Amino acid sequence: MLDINKIRKDFPILNRKVNGKPLVYFDNAATSQTPQQVIDVIVDYYSNYNANIHRGVHTLSQEATDKYEEARHTIQNHFNAKYAYEIILTSGTTESINLVAHGFASILEKGDEIIVSALEHHSNIVPWQMLCEKTGAILKVIPMTQEGELDMNTYSELLSDKTKLVFVNHISNALGTINPIESIIQQAHKLGAAVLIDGAQACPHVKPDVQALDVDFYVTSAHKICGPTGVGMLYGKEEWLTKLPPYQGGGEMIDQVSFEKTTYAGLPHKFEAGTPNICGGIAFGAALDYMNAIGFENIATYENELLAYGTKRLLEIEGLKIYGTSKNKTSVISFNLEGIHPYDVGTLLDKMGIAVRTGHHCAQPIMAFYNIPGTVRASFAFYNTKEEIDILVEGVKKAKMMLS
Amino acid sequence: MQSIKEIQEEIIDEFAMFEDWEERYQYMIDLGKDLPLIDDQYKTEDNIIKGCQSKVWVHAEMSDNRIDFTADSDAIITKGIIAILIRTFSNQHPKDILDANTDFIDAIGLKEHLSPTRANGLVSMIKQIKMYAIAYQTQIK
Repeated sequence: MLDINKIRKDFPILNRKVNGKPLVYFDNAATSQTPQQVIDVIVDYYSNYNANIHRGVHTLSQEATDKYEEARHTIQNHFNAKYAYEIILTSGTTESINLVAHGFASILEKGDEIIVSALEHHSNIVPWQMLCEKTGAILKVIPMTQEGELDMNTYSELLSDKTKLVFVNHISNALGTINPIESIIQQAHKLGAAVLIDGAQACPHVKPDVQALDVDFYVTSAHKICGPTGVGMLYGKEEWLTKLPPYQGGGEMIDQVSFEKTTYAGLPHKFEAGTPNICGGIAFGAALDYMNAIGFENIATYENELLAYGTKRLLEIEGLKIYGTSKNKTSVISFNLEGIHPYDVGTLLDKMGIAVRTGHHCAQPIMAFYNIPGTVRASFAFYNTKEEIDILVEGVKKAKMMLS
Repeated sequence: MQSIKEIQEEIIDEFAMFEDWEERYQYMIDLGKDLPLIDDQYKTEDNIIKGCQSKVWVHAEMSDNRIDFTADSDAIITKGIIAILIRTFSNQHPKDILDANTDFIDAIGLKEHLSPTRANGLVSMIKQIKMYAIAYQTQIK
C-alpha cells in the first residue's frame, strides 16, 4: 500500500496553482514530476562538487566522477545489466536510438530488412527511415489492431533471414498498450536479428530485466522516471556495443590521438564523447533510488487501480470514446468526445488547472489508423489520486457542455 | 467603414464585459460556431495551414481594393479566434492590413493562442493574411 499523502509531499510542484485552480497533472507520459529528493541531489551537485569528470586529479573532479560512476552502477543494477559499461549515458531515448541506427549504417547491406511496429513514436520511425535511405535496407511494419495491439501473426510472417533488426516500443506512448516484447525478442533471435526496445514509456511503470529479456538494446529517458530532462541511457549487450562504431568524435571517447591515427576508448566511453550531463546522470541514479524505495510492484498495483477507476468514470460520459483498449495497458487513457476536437477539450481543461496532452502524440500513423486528428491523453502516475480523476471527469463534462 | 484600430478597440470593449474565463471562452466558442465557413472549393490542400494541434484554411479575394478573407478550422476555439481576426482584417485595404498588429489579442486575454509554440495554425494564419496583403498591394495601381 502506498501512502499517497506522504508521497505527494515529496513533489513541490503539486502544490502550485494553474489558472487559479490547484494543478491536476495528468501529462505524466510526456514527462514526470521531480521529487524533492532528486531536486536536492541536483542542488547538492552544483553547490558542492560541480567539476568535470574522468580527467581531473583534484578533489572535486574525483568526487563528481565517483558520483557519476555510482549512478551508472545504480542504473546497471536497476536494469540488471551484466556489466556497468553496458550502460551508455546519453541525452535521452532519441539520442540512444540514433546512436544504434548510426552504428547499424555500417553493418546493414542493401536488401536487409528492418521491422518496426505501427505503434511507434516518431523518434522510433524516422531514424530507421533515414538508415534505410542510407543503406538500401527495407523497412517493414508490424500492423496494429482496433484495440491498439500489435498483430503478432503478421510479425511472425514478416520475420525472415533477411531481418537484421527489430524495433518496438515496450509500451505505446499514445495508447498505453504493453507489447509482448518477450515473444518479439525470442522470435527475432531465432532468425539471428537484433532487437532494440524503446522503454521510454515502460520504465515509469515496470522494472525491466535486460538479461532475463535477453534484449540486445534497451533505451529510456530519465525525465519519465522522476529524473531530469536531457539525460537517458542506452543499454547494449557488450558484443553489440563492441561491434558498433563510435557515434560522435570528441574528448572522452579516445584512447590515443595523433594526426596519423586515433584509437578509441573502451566501453562505455567510446560512445560518450565530450563532457556529459554530469548532474543529470547523478540525478538519474537518484530518481531510480527514489522509485525503487517506493517499489515498482506497489506503483503498478496503484496505477492499475487509477486506470480502472479513470476508465470507468470517463466512460460514464456519453459520446466519449477511448482509443487503445488492450487488456495489457498502463495508466494512459487516450480519448475523444464525439464531434469535438481534442485541442478544444485540452484548452478548456487547462483553464480548469488540468494538464493533459492533446494532439497526435508524435504518433501520426496511429492517428491515421483511427482516422482522427489526435486525442486527449490523460496519463496517471503513482502520485495522482482518484479525487484528481473526479476533477478531470467534471472538467471533461464541463468542456463537453461548453463545446456542444 | 471602421478602421482596423476601431474594430480592435470595439472587441476589447466587448471582452471587458466578461467576468471570467468561462464567459470569454463561451463567447469565442459561439463565435466559432457562427463563423461563415470557407467555400468548399477553397478548402484545399493549397489553402491549408497545418498546425500540430489544429488545422486552419484561409482564402482571400480582393474587390474595390479591399481584401475579403474567409477561413475555417477543425477546432472550434481556433475558429473563434479566426472569427475575431477576420472581423478585424477582412474588408480592409492591403496597406492597412500590413500596418496593423495583433496586440489587442493580449488585451482580451487570449495571448496564449497566438504563441508560436502552440502550433494551432494561428500564427501562420496571421503571416498568411499579411502575405495576401503584400501580394494584393502589388495589384493596386
